Amino acid sequence: MDPKSWLRKAIGRGVKTPKRKALPDGVWIKCDGCAAIVYRNELVRNLWVCPRCDHHMKVGAAEYVALLTDEGLDLEIAADLVSVDPLKFKDSKSYKDRIKAATEKSGLRDAIVAGRASIDVSECALAVMDFGFIGGSMGSVVGEKVARTMREGLDRGIPVITVARSGGARMQEGILSLMQMAKTAAMAARLREARIPYISILTDPTTAGVMASYASLGDVIISEPGALLGFAGPRVIRDTIKQELPEGFQSSEFFLEHGMIDMIVPRTEMRTTVGRLLRHLTLESAKK
Amino acid sequence: MNNPLSDFDRNVQNLQARIDALRSATGTTDEPDESKAVSDALEQLATRTTQLQNRRYANLTTWERVQVARHPERPHTLDYIDLILSDWIELHGDRRFADDPAMVCGLARLGERSVAVVGQQKGRDTKKRIMRNYGMPHPEGYRKALRIMELAGRFGLPILAFVDTPGAFPGIASEERGIAEAIAVNLREMSVLAVPILAIVIGEGGSGGALGIGVADRLLMLENAWYCVISPEGCASILWRTPEMAPAAAEALKLTAPQLEELGLVDEIIPEPVAGAHTDWKSTAAALGARIEAHLDELSSLLSNELIQRRIERFNRIGEWREGSH
Repeated sequence: MDPKSWLRKAIGRGVKTPKRKALPDGVWIKCDGCAAIVYRNELVRNLWVCPRCDHHMKVGAAEYVALLTDEGLDLEIAADLVSVDPLKFKDSKSYKDRIKAATEKSGLRDAIVAGRASIDVSECALAVMDFGFIGGSMGSVVGEKVARTMREGLDRGIPVITVARSGGARMQEGILSLMQMAKTAAMAARLREARIPYISILTDPTTAGVMASYASLGDVIISEPGALLGFAGPRVIRDTIKQELPEGFQSSEFFLEHGMIDMIVPRTEMRTTVGRLLRHLTLESAKK
Repeated sequence: MNNPLSDFDRNVQNLQARIDALRSATGTTDEPDESKAVSDALEQLATRTTQLQNRRYANLTTWERVQVARHPERPHTLDYIDLILSDWIELHGDRRFADDPAMVCGLARLGERSVAVVGQQKGRDTKKRIMRNYGMPHPEGYRKALRIMELAGRFGLPILAFVDTPGAFPGIASEERGIAEAIAVNLREMSVLAVPILAIVIGEGGSGGALGIGVADRLLMLENAWYCVISPEGCASILWRTPEMAPAAAEALKLTAPQLEELGLVDEIIPEPVAGAHTDWKSTAAALGARIEAHLDELSSLLSNELIQRRIERFNRIGEWREGSH
């Protein structure tokens, strides 16, 4: 299937068409990696990977669902959950206004989309984060949707896949966001006990509270190339240790070298790779 | 940033020192009447000082409370171990890389029980502070804690987790050895440990570094402790673009014990002496010790699968949202 038709299909099924511009407009687009000017259609065909330098551009949840699944989401999980403002949080802007602005800009209800899907003919429960909604931050809604996606995997005995792209826990929900780390990790424990395969895909960026919870708990952890991965943000580290960071620090390549992830897989091969893994992980138990 | 309470505390201390000095001096006079008048006046002064202190500490801002939680004289994990527990044996090392002095772990007795203890440890003077890395553990600290907690799980010992950290150490070595993974694995494994777990925030509960030993059946907090998704300074740097706005961030984050109790996250707040736990270690520790025993008594009646089920449900319930369109 050509990539454009997956995209149409995915958007046609379940995932609502975003009102926003998740990706840059215009016929010609400048790559953030190498500054080359690339023809938009060429980028779309190449799943928003720069054909010159292989830079993986940030894509929204809808686009990622489209490129990872066979036919988009069959059925959304907890599609109606929306964030509230439990702390009445206000900095330069109130959290309420931030939610409203993010909803309008992204066309999403929060920083994650979840549902049942098939990936290279394997049925699974899938949750995909979207950086366009308050930096992909995890508050109550994101945590709950990840947990319910895992619950779906448990209840139906199907593998669970998450695609992380997040700056971490959502500060505006304070301690409630922190506790989503424990909630998602506890569900990962249940998946493990039930021997349900869980694959975690990391994309640019995956840091802090998301990295330190479910995103690090996959039976297999895959990253896109060149993603920023880590616990603390580079600025926090620089401020704390007062020294320059080594070249390539906190990249997917650094994580692979230090044994923290299983592999780096280009976006264009993600679907077939996940499909192959799922077949290996489910084949023997299916015989019993 | 300056501690807004330190001037006040210093003045109170000076005043108390002068009162004490005068008290001992009045004993030496030969005139009984004069002595009586002076000592009465002194008692009044002492009472007045206490009243001032009470009034000041009854009206702490959130930021001032954060300073109390960070007070260098505040009792730390090993102090509580010393004051509440007996027969303490410290255990070391994660069996993979190193022993992390920012995390202390071991076995001890509490009344009739043996318990396992894990907790971040801060130092009191400069040398010790550096040795303890300001209470900021590296991955090996979390892995050591998990090793001891799993040991506790195998031998049926309840776990006490003393939380007191500004956060896990954010540095190159931490990232190289997988700090995010170490914390994530602790969250996962603690949620299914088959023994009662009590987490007690005794000072600072900084983010994932605190939660990394904080997945528990009960959460206790000392009255002036704080616990949050990010430190006030970190939040201010990101949202206000300057750490100078930390007091405003502290206010917005709702990180004090009473605020967390209101959010339904804290099971019990342990009251501190009026001017903070650092002014009276013994009474603070006695109050905490009694409550720890009471909570363990309650939890010990549960079967292990019930305990795990309830613990997971406890975390599953946390969060607020609504259903519907915006």
